[in-house]
Amino acid sequence: MTAKKLGLKQRYAHMTRGLDWETSYQPIDKVFPYDQFEGIKIKDWSAWEDPFRLTMDAYWKFQAEKERKLYAVLDAFAQNNGQTGISDGRYMNVVKLFLTGVSPLEYQAHRGFAYAGRHLRGVGPRVAAQMQSLDELRHVQTQIHTISHYNKFFDGIGEFQHMHDRVWYLSVPKSFFDDARSAGPFEYMIAIGFAFEYVLTNLLFVPFMSGAAYNGDMSTVTFGFSAQSDESRHMTLGIEVIKFLLEQHPDNLPIVQKWVDKWFWRGHRVLGLVAMMMDYMLPKPVMSWKEAWEIYFTEAGGALFQDLARYGLRPPKYADIATAEAEHISHQNWAIFYQYTHAAAFHTWLPDAKHMDWLSEKYPNTFDKYYRPRFEMWGQMAKEGKRFYNMALPQLCQTCQIPMGYTEPGDPTTICFRRTQFRGETYHFCSDGCKDIFDNEPEKYVQAWLPVHQIFQGNCGGATIPDVLAYYRMNVGADNMDYVGSPDEKLWNEWQADKIKTAV
Amino acid sequence: MSQLASLTLYHNDEARPIIEAIIADNPGVRVLNMPGAVKLDCEGALVVKRASVEERLGREWDPQEIHLVLISMAGHLDEDDDQFSVSWKH
Repeated sequence: MTAKKLGLKQRYAHMTRGLDWETSYQPIDKVFPYDQFEGIKIKDWSAWEDPFRLTMDAYWKFQAEKERKLYAVLDAFAQNNGQTGISDGRYMNVVKLFLTGVSPLEYQAHRGFAYAGRHLRGVGPRVAAQMQSLDELRHVQTQIHTISHYNKFFDGIGEFQHMHDRVWYLSVPKSFFDDARSAGPFEYMIAIGFAFEYVLTNLLFVPFMSGAAYNGDMSTVTFGFSAQSDESRHMTLGIEVIKFLLEQHPDNLPIVQKWVDKWFWRGHRVLGLVAMMMDYMLPKPVMSWKEAWEIYFTEAGGALFQDLARYGLRPPKYADIATAEAEHISHQNWAIFYQYTHAAAFHTWLPDAKHMDWLSEKYPNTFDKYYRPRFEMWGQMAKEGKRFYNMALPQLCQTCQIPMGYTEPGDPTTICFRRTQFRGETYHFCSDGCKDIFDNEPEKYVQAWLPVHQIFQGNCGGATIPDVLAYYRMNVGADNMDYVGSPDEKLWNEWQADKIKTAV
Repeated sequence: MSQLASLTLYHNDEARPIIEAIIADNPGVRVLNMPGAVKLDCEGALVVKRASVEERLGREWDPQEIHLVLISMAGHLDEDDDQFSVSWKH
């Protein structure tokens, strides 16, 4: 008689039970030294259940299949000279920003989940964190492999890891993960597993990647969706960790709430880069940042926080401010990069008339009133040979490290500026959200490596702009400055000229 | 306020039978087409039934195969051998 086949739930239980061990010659607290100092109380680790009942054998099977499909697309793209079929040469600058600003975060996420997988004492979350750690490593590898094809043709890609560690604006995403990885294991899980994966990565990997597809970049959309298909599992891990912590002990609620508030705000600041990519850097835009925010934060986040209200958890502090800022953030960020294009590792440009009309349509309350006049003025100045560069170094926010270019809630004409005193020093912030984060843990944030401060202290190659750009390993005149007149533009125009043939 | 359960799938031939099964089995589902992707939203819950997908696919289908075409989701997940669902119901 053949044995009856086990169902998925039974099979999962069978394949995952007994993976833990009891210590014999060391106390268990010495083996897991980090999961109690944050104050989180866990009564029953076995209450953890991973809703995706993916065992290791199934994990390898499906990941291998996803990998085969991804590399088949990449191979076809390379053989077909897919780089010549993207919507416009300017598009490539989103890929450069992605590789320098996002892909290294995948590696940081891999390291962070490996740490969480080691230091959470329950076997369920350890296995889930281990799978996520492997996923994140796969993501950074596939992104590097994909984008290496573009590196044969376009500038600004070759030194991405070096740049991530040094270039001023890349300290924004870098410091986000440095902050998360130097926290305890539970805070890390809330920061990345919950706030980042569940609430915020949708905004990057769904509408933005859809934009990559729309702009003819089949390589990027394929690694993006392949990564996001892992994110579905990561989101269930994020939601499971928060439910688990809130169900285990009522004392966990205020700690978790503080982390949700903090990491929502930090994540929202980092994603300002994506806002700009979607609104300004996709030559064929698909969806405005504001629309994406409504779908993925207001609607999806709203459903989630409505669900979590039964534990007493409220939506993140300043969610209303962040939602109001969705009207402004992409325009303000693009304006910052336009002014500092001489120190950016990608090209900038002014939106043309058609693109500005699209922005007016998408932002009827704000674009024409506050942002169009600025871009038109800069366009006029460029025409007169007075292209505007900002040669001063900006004050950076001590928490998010973004230049102080954002405006007061409800007043888009006044720069928002907050300060606090700690141990006789003054620290500066771009918002109440960033100031609160600092005030909760000043000892941590006084250690922040702020690019502008470091330049002034002589720690970034020297006192002049060429010294600093050499320290960044920036190929001046190729990697930076306006798209118009760049080697990238020249190459793109040659490709286009080859495509237009006149029959004789 | 509404609580939409949601699944986002690739918009390709492999996902099409799954998308069709979801639309057939979940009255009131909202379909948002994006380049390369389809977002399916439904108030409260969204279910993918193995039998429905198999009927359209013409072969056996393991609900875990959804990993190959799933991009994103919202709601609490429950899966077994016969279905895959996301919901905000408790």
